[in-house]
Amino acid sequence: MRMKTLKTVAARLGLAAGLAALAAPALAWEPTKPVTLIIPAGTGGGADQMARFIQGVIQKHELMSKPLIVVNKGGGAGAEGFLEMKGSAADPHKIIITLSNLFTTPLGTGTPFNWKDMKPVKMMALDQFILWVNANEPYKTAKDYIDAVKAGDDRAFKMGGTGSKQEDQIITVAIEKETGGKKFTYVPYDGGGKVAVQLVGGHVNSSVNNPIEAVAQWRGGQLRPLCIFDKARSTYTNKVTESQSWSDVPTCTESGLPIEYQMLRGIFTTKNATPEQVAYYEGVLKKVMETAEWKEFMEKGAFNQTTMTGAEYEAWLTSAEARHRELMTGAGFVAAAR
Amino acid sequence: MDELYALAGGFAVAFTWYNVALMILGITLGVVIGVLPGLGGANGVAILLPLTFSMEPTSAIIMLTSIYWGALFGGAITAILFNIPGEPWSVATTFDGHPMAQRGRADEALVAAFTSSFVGAIFAVALITFLAPVVAKFALRFGPAEFFAVQFLTFASFIGMGRGSPAKTLASMCLGFALACVGLDGVTGSLRMTFGHDELLNGFKFLVAVIGLFGIGEILTSMEDGLKFSGADAKLKMDAVIRTWRQLPKMFFTFLRSCIVGCWMGITPGGATPASFMGYGLAKRFSKNGNNFGKGELEGVVAPETAAHAAGTAALLPMLTLGIPGSPTAAVLLGGLLIWGLQPGPLLFVEQKDFVWGLIASMYLGNVVGLIMVLTCVPLFAAILRVPFSIIAPVIVVICAIGAYTVNNAMFDVWMMLVFGVMGYLFTKLGYPLPPLVLALVLGDQAESSFRQAMLVSQGDVTVFWSNWLSGSIMTLGVILAFWPLVSGLMARFGKSGRTASAA
Repeated sequence: MRMKTLKTVAARLGLAAGLAALAAPALAWEPTKPVTLIIPAGTGGGADQMARFIQGVIQKHELMSKPLIVVNKGGGAGAEGFLEMKGSAADPHKIIITLSNLFTTPLGTGTPFNWKDMKPVKMMALDQFILWVNANEPYKTAKDYIDAVKAGDDRAFKMGGTGSKQEDQIITVAIEKETGGKKFTYVPYDGGGKVAVQLVGGHVNSSVNNPIEAVAQWRGGQLRPLCIFDKARSTYTNKVTESQSWSDVPTCTESGLPIEYQMLRGIFTTKNATPEQVAYYEGVLKKVMETAEWKEFMEKGAFNQTTMTGAEYEAWLTSAEARHRELMTGAGFVAAAR
Repeated sequence: MDELYALAGGFAVAFTWYNVALMILGITLGVVIGVLPGLGGANGVAILLPLTFSMEPTSAIIMLTSIYWGALFGGAITAILFNIPGEPWSVATTFDGHPMAQRGRADEALVAAFTSSFVGAIFAVALITFLAPVVAKFALRFGPAEFFAVQFLTFASFIGMGRGSPAKTLASMCLGFALACVGLDGVTGSLRMTFGHDELLNGFKFLVAVIGLFGIGEILTSMEDGLKFSGADAKLKMDAVIRTWRQLPKMFFTFLRSCIVGCWMGITPGGATPASFMGYGLAKRFSKNGNNFGKGELEGVVAPETAAHAAGTAALLPMLTLGIPGSPTAAVLLGGLLIWGLQPGPLLFVEQKDFVWGLIASMYLGNVVGLIMVLTCVPLFAAILRVPFSIIAPVIVVICAIGAYTVNNAMFDVWMMLVFGVMGYLFTKLGYPLPPLVLALVLGDQAESSFRQAMLVSQGDVTVFWSNWLSGSIMTLGVILAFWPLVSGLMARFGKSGRTASAA
């Protein structure tokens, strides 16, 4: 009896808390037509997977009153999707998921676009980057590998990556600052999965694949992670291979390669969205992140589960943009604005 | 024969009423998706993917792969009936399939297309069943140089297939290359030839061009010919299946060649579209009836369809064993696997035996079910031709427009489709062949990036293409094929001096 009362009270409290959290924003604004979730990248990539996952979770748990439609607009390294967001500033029924091309595309291609042309909603997570080599290579640590690059001929080592003048090449340029003037030959491919396979096949010497892109090859004993480009080690301690977990991968800084880089997985809506509209999307996404499926997805991809909203998120975006500008200017990747 | 034992277990998993019902549903949806140009298999699977999150992974992938089989079957239908390829890989099917329809043999062309799709798929599934680990290892040998070699071979096997003059073929192909260049250059990450127009960021998408060039172009030509479909008055006979099947055994070598080409292209991963072109090009080159290709040869339908379906099926192998998708649809399925909690890659066959063998068994079942379904519908499909032109033409134009719009969700593409339509009409009038343009458009940017990646790796040394036996032998084969018309022409000139017209 007492148990039941407690439960009822708890349930009521929960309900009340839920109502309190929902009441103000949800009553203030609800979408009046289907919402479009734009992916500024092609099908099958990391952003695409996350967007379709979010769509699946929203649908399964009925978190939105109107349907969520996912479309890929990846033309011009994502410029197509971002320009559509910029062009529909007055339509709050559009949201977009971002990757680093939020910063790199306008800088690298000169497309007239900036993240300030949209309204930030929520940082969902940060995607990690790991330095990988083929398991048959002798290098056990990032230091071994960097020493080998330093000792070798200029451009003798090949770094495979996704796209050109994008995150993978930016990290490569950052690594080159630590190799005593020796450059990599950067080979751009059209997808992260392909890069991992090219590394297994020995067509390149290393890659900076996201965890999810190369985890299968790691588990299969074909690739070896050397270090993770984060300030602290990953928090996931479940075994991924027979003997190692993500948390066993040292940070690059502790391996003598002082580089940190993560990729934003964030959601934005259109520029003229009102605070109520932003709050609505924030609420929906918050519920997505509370599901068990989301937590499992985060662990599988070894994501850094940092999440931000509002002013904190904007401050993060401002500094991330400045950092990309600095890195890309240093590398000579910045195109003339048009 | 561990594989047979495992496969029997797989059939036990796949062959439940629930799964067979999902299969039938998936194939029906797939055929519809395949028929509608623009709404490709990749889009179809992506749209339906969220529906499957609450299903068992095995049931979910059975339904989604069935959509894929359905789309592979369905792409041929509009290609044959209206010269509109429903899917990129059915472009080569239009070359002989549509002329057959115009001559009143639409039913035969459809039966041949479906049957050869089935043969190609079963060949590829058998390969997956017995050789998956070996083949997966082989695919790892493909670096940029090897990819370029394969793409070069595709172009080479296609040279000389245009009916127009060689100069016109070359002009058409170069225009295709130029169109393929527009948009983002993947190797430097800069925009090319967009002239500051944001609409051009995406480049010219192959499907938009094909829908315009073939579909709208065909409508324009038909309008000029007097507002009717030729072949519409053909009698519908119910014995189409038997009549067609009787002609197929003598094409054994075409089937075999296309199966091998298809599996090769699916695994490497070149994809179903180049495979269909290569299958057609090679069949034209080596068939006894090669000179009749393009005028309505049954063999010209068999060759590309077998290769396309073999490639489409084989493309699932690198997805499962390596985690790299061999086709856009496989890329979406790959995302699905991850969401269902399965990690594709080297360990999938070890850790998820039930899933993998259930999937492989469903590939056999799905294709058998699919073949029966589409074959029974042949008279229905062929009967569409009897609808008066004035009714069906507007419907086709609307479907084409929707298709072009769906590719990128952009209105601009619909206008582009109309421009391509006028271009297709003019090309036909002026005797410029369309296939080389289409081939260059679909393969041009891939070949370009492979070439430039190989040049980056070798630091500008062209001999990289002959640096190992694999790329070396493919390149050499390509060079021989490219110059074969010239050589055979010269031989004929020195021999009898009778067939000089076909030289070059």
